[in-house]
Amino acid sequence: MHELSIVMSIVDIAQQQAEKEQASIIDEIEIDIGCLSSIEMNAFEFAWKQGVKETILEKAEKKINRIKGRAKCLDCENFFPLENLYDACPVCGEHFLDIIEGKELRVKSLVVS
Amino acid sequence: MCATCGCDADGKVTLHEPGHHHDHIDHHKKVVDVEKDVLHENNLLAERNRGYFEAKNILALNLVSSPGSGKTTLLERTLTDLKSELDFAVIEGDQQTTNDADRIHATGTKVVQINTGKGCHLDSHMVMHALQGMKPKQNSVLFIENVGNLVCPAMFDLGEKERVVIISVTEGDDKPLKYPDMFHSSTLCIINKTDLLPYVPFDIKKVKANAKKINHQLHIIEVSCTSGEGLELWYDWLKTKVLASETV
Repeated sequence: MHELSIVMSIVDIAQQQAEKEQASIIDEIEIDIGCLSSIEMNAFEFAWKQGVKETILEKAEKKINRIKGRAKCLDCENFFPLENLYDACPVCGEHFLDIIEGKELRVKSLVVS
Repeated sequence: MCATCGCDADGKVTLHEPGHHHDHIDHHKKVVDVEKDVLHENNLLAERNRGYFEAKNILALNLVSSPGSGKTTLLERTLTDLKSELDFAVIEGDQQTTNDADRIHATGTKVVQINTGKGCHLDSHMVMHALQGMKPKQNSVLFIENVGNLVCPAMFDLGEKERVVIISVTEGDDKPLKYPDMFHSSTLCIINKTDLLPYVPFDIKKVKANAKKINHQLHIIEVSCTSGEGLELWYDWLKTKVLASETV
């Protein structure tokens, strides 16, 4: 259940940014969560509900961008969508790959007032 | 609609570009581009730990596995067998008790126990405080035995040089596929309890193939901490890493 630690880190980042902008309310928060980022979304939603209570994010609308996995095959240089870490290259069948996208876990933007 | 950012008259944003502040959504609201990694704080402290290790030429290894794979037994054997050759220190992570630290202490090695309480993983902040208390020796090897959990510790960099994942033959040979993140983020995989292979339906070829599917660079060593078989390979790997960090 590392998702709660993740939510608390998001609260900290939002709090710091709000202070920097001298804002007292965060209306919206946009978060990028890659599909290969080790975040279980049900656990994340559950942790979010509890974790943002009595914080600056309590009333904020949350927008989550799920970024799909993408890899480059190091054998045949083919780029392809990667759903699971154990997927093989669909062209040559090898597992020698570099993950290009899908590991993201970042606070993208806030709307403050 | 605003020609610069695409926000409409009632204040709703329809599109925006990075690095552009929307001070005029309405008179009060403002879009702030943050672009900050959620694990930023943890990663910063991990880099700090890494700097400390490099400055003191300490080889730090993060040992991860599910509970019961034999991490502590592997450490006990290693610390006892190599104590005349290398200096060691150990950080033990568990939710509760000092049982593991007591076992390590009995080998005569410097050890600090971190109890995470309800926490499911160690983070770089906890390790930083443990280091302040224990002050490991220059040119030593530091083992950080993480909380037994094959999921959560995968995300948290502690500042280690290498991550070692341990799996025992009493577990399923599909474990790398079921818990891919840990195998993906490790550099060495130790398959432990090989003395039990005749008694369990564990296919060692299959587990290796599965682990390589997740991480083609993963180095794999088979050991039995009970019979001692294969431990030489692990010790050789360890000594090679110590030598490599000395030459840098």
